Amino acid sequence: MEVQVPPPLQDIPTAKEKKYDRQLRLWGASGQKALEETHVLLINNGSGVTGVETLKNLVLPGVGQFTILDSHVVSEADLGVNFFLEEESLGQFRAEETVRCLCELNPGVQGFALTEPLETFIDKDDVLKPYNLILVSAPLDSAILARIQLYANALQIPTFYFRSTGFYSSFSVLLPTAFPIVDTHPDPTSTTDLRLLKPWPTLSEFVREKTKGLGTESMNQHDKSHIPYVCLLLHYLEQWRDKNGGKNPETYKEKSAFRELVREGDANEENFDEACANVLKALNPPTISSTVRNIFAAPEIDELTTSSPSFWLIANAIRQFYNTHNELPLPGAVPDMKAQSADYIELQNIYKKKARQDCAEVVETVRQLEKQTDRPKEHEISEKEIENFCKGAAHISLVRGRPLQIVEAGKPITFGDRAKAMAMELTNPESLIGLYICFLAWDEYIATRSTPSNENGDNGLKIPGSTDKDYKTDETKLIDMAHIIVDNLLKEANTSIDEPESSEIKAQIAKQCKELVRAGGGELHNLASLTGGMISQEVIKVVTRQYVPVDNTCLFDGIASRTYVLRI
Amino acid sequence: MAAAAVPTTNGSATRRARWTYSDRILSRPGAYVDEEDGFVPGEAPITSVENARILVIGAGGLGCEILKNLALSGFKKIDVIDMDTIDVSNLNRQFLFREKDVGQPKATVAANFVMKRVPGCTITPYVGKIQDKDQDYYLQFNIVVCGLDSIEARRWINATLVDLVDMENPDSLKPLIDGGTEGFKGQSRVIFPTMTSCIECQLDMHAPRAAVPLCTLASIPRQPQHCIEWAHIIKWEEERKDVTLDTDDPEHITWLYKKALARAQEYNISGVTYSMTQGVVKNIIPAIASTNAIIAASCCNEAYKIATTCAPCIGMPGQNNYMLYTGDTSVYTYTFEHQKKDDCPVCGNLPKDLVVNPTSTLGDLVESFAERPESQLKKPNLRSEGKSLYYSSPASLMAQTKGNLVKPLNELLSDGEEIAVTDPAFSTVFKYRVHFS
Repeated sequence: MEVQVPPPLQDIPTAKEKKYDRQLRLWGASGQKALEETHVLLINNGSGVTGVETLKNLVLPGVGQFTILDSHVVSEADLGVNFFLEEESLGQFRAEETVRCLCELNPGVQGFALTEPLETFIDKDDVLKPYNLILVSAPLDSAILARIQLYANALQIPTFYFRSTGFYSSFSVLLPTAFPIVDTHPDPTSTTDLRLLKPWPTLSEFVREKTKGLGTESMNQHDKSHIPYVCLLLHYLEQWRDKNGGKNPETYKEKSAFRELVREGDANEENFDEACANVLKALNPPTISSTVRNIFAAPEIDELTTSSPSFWLIANAIRQFYNTHNELPLPGAVPDMKAQSADYIELQNIYKKKARQDCAEVVETVRQLEKQTDRPKEHEISEKEIENFCKGAAHISLVRGRPLQIVEAGKPITFGDRAKAMAMELTNPESLIGLYICFLAWDEYIATRSTPSNENGDNGLKIPGSTDKDYKTDETKLIDMAHIIVDNLLKEANTSIDEPESSEIKAQIAKQCKELVRAGGGELHNLASLTGGMISQEVIKVVTRQYVPVDNTCLFDGIASRTYVLRI
Repeated sequence: MAAAAVPTTNGSATRRARWTYSDRILSRPGAYVDEEDGFVPGEAPITSVENARILVIGAGGLGCEILKNLALSGFKKIDVIDMDTIDVSNLNRQFLFREKDVGQPKATVAANFVMKRVPGCTITPYVGKIQDKDQDYYLQFNIVVCGLDSIEARRWINATLVDLVDMENPDSLKPLIDGGTEGFKGQSRVIFPTMTSCIECQLDMHAPRAAVPLCTLASIPRQPQHCIEWAHIIKWEEERKDVTLDTDDPEHITWLYKKALARAQEYNISGVTYSMTQGVVKNIIPAIASTNAIIAASCCNEAYKIATTCAPCIGMPGQNNYMLYTGDTSVYTYTFEHQKKDDCPVCGNLPKDLVVNPTSTLGDLVESFAERPESQLKKPNLRSEGKSLYYSSPASLMAQTKGNLVKPLNELLSDGEEIAVTDPAFSTVFKYRVHFS
């Protein structure tokens, strides 16, 4: 009779875990907690569907709270494009009605509606303070957008600004100037780190024991066929070095020859197949990515203070580790491979033990740094956090947030230090910089042609193509404005584009402007829903600090069905 | 363009006011289409989308989004097929369902909800399998949109729509739009059956996960998953053979979990959890609302463009037909043309080349059909030009042919011979030409 081990009680999923099962498998309990602690503010303008669709995708997975600021009253046109309104909503405040319909999706989420006009709302002090993420939909008065950016920057609140009209959309993310991510969820195939070129004594000892008699009669086929491929590779590497003046196989040619050597060991066994398949990947010398290099060179890593984010202290400690050992702490994971159970577990333990040793060294350095910077005891960095960092050290990431490019009436549109890069984008046929410029022209049209809001609730915004009367002239105007932005960008970048390429680029931009004017600022539901999907993915990435968010502007072309990301 | 150009097809002008934004697109010329492409701005495209009959397969994560999107794109005649009932784990993304709906059929609840929200749209649900329906049923539709989680169902509808094409009858060609997601990734694609690359041509894009060898499960487990699969495949058969395993029954999962946990402890393997047990046994794919929204909307955007011709769709011959979306690290899409394959068993006419070791057995070959990314056939029956090689059913044929399984291939076949493979899950005959390595 087998011993029945009763499962620990906390392991059986709760009702909440059952409901959120499919997402917890992605961002885990810590990500879920972060999401539940988030209060999102949607400042909803225009036809306003993209923002509501974004919120749908945040309410469903259980965002803590959301607020919609929207002073519009529900019109017939809203009912044809916004799913979170009902027949009875006609004539009611759109904020209240969409909040009500969204709240039905998840009883665990709290929603609030604000129906005050944006102009007066934003005039008050500390009005953005309750929120930890802001969504702003176009079109709106650019002076107000600038004001929102100012507050959001001061309060370090991540803010999204997005436009969706007809078949096109764009969104930009304003993040803090340093937005580090440890848990980037890299592709599992890219994370294997076995340190085959620098084995440590315990590993070498294990290899000798497991490969004893390999290639002679003294080892039987069963044992031979169960040698973990890590041991095979290390065993043959030693043979290779003996024959090649102590050098490891480095070039592609040498690695191919090395693979032949392994293959000669056995033609058919699965573990030898695995060894051969892993030769190219496993024999790369350990290098750190340019992202990690940049983090090691970031000013924040050297300017540690009492209140430095834990990321920079740990990064500093890891850099010290790297400088001492010329490698990052060992992650410690071992991929599955053909082996006897006990051998595999032992191998796993050898890697785990080394990983723990490496981590202990980093912990010690972190503790010294805490002391040097007088970090208060209650802000001591947990060992778990350091361990997690060590495991993912090769794949950490850092996004440098940049301000939104806001088009204001009477001010020239400039690209600053990005001008050269953006001018180069113009000649890249894959790039959607042209579409981005059309959106800038669209913003400029609104900024320069709108009138101040009045008491009748008219916000005074004039959108290109919104009336059949002006539609054709709007087309010409928008195209002219977009072409001027192109010319000025080239001037700012101090470069030029030859014919016929220049005319082709402008012809393409003219077509995209025509499509923008065709829509007259109205959203197509599909594009709004798609864009809302992308924005909500980004919101989740930002609030959970997992995966890597867009840096910093993403465009979607619904005619060609593709996206493009620009760093503006 | 005057305001009067906007027609009032469905009663009053206020009724039409509801469709202001879509009508604006449909009544103004596009920068990427003209009348030569068949787009005449005004009443025609509006009527086209209203009269199009569109079939949605699947009312789950993608299906809920697709139904909403189509209704708000102006489609008025929608059918939806789904055999499933609502589970509590659906509620984090399948937004047409509430806690009170758990246990109800997805197709019916989804259809009713959308019809209530979008008056004037008729959605006809069918609770059952796509295989229940015959060719005449599928012939009624103009466009088919799939939001499925099963490769098998996709292959079935794909083969059916390819079969349906009658060169004499242009209406028999039904554009197939397919979406799929996993975590932060997904894909959408448009297929014009027989004209462009079909789902079978693209099968290797969805390579099956490598199965763990049975001997690993039975004698040398190394991973927590191995212990779970052992409980699932071996232990259940040994101890509860008379009970059909229901992966939705918590008692069954708990039983497997306990067995797996005990085995893991025996081998010093850590990491077996209830959640992992469920994941392995049910082959759970992580799914979130945002990715479903992206992919479903991309599919419906193409459906809208196809039905109205107001802008070029993807999927036309010689054009891009496939969008891969990745949201894990930044946002990246790869939109490309997947080429049609002449040796596609469904839409091509040439046999696929199959290189085999002549001394390996027929049994090895039969087994390999399940794993090869380009075939993925679980119960293949094989015929050569002259004789039956192996049939897994009916029993009489199996008895006659199973002796062949241990024979080497060079005893049964000659180099370059063609074989025909069938599988009870598909109506197609898969043709292969065998080459000895």
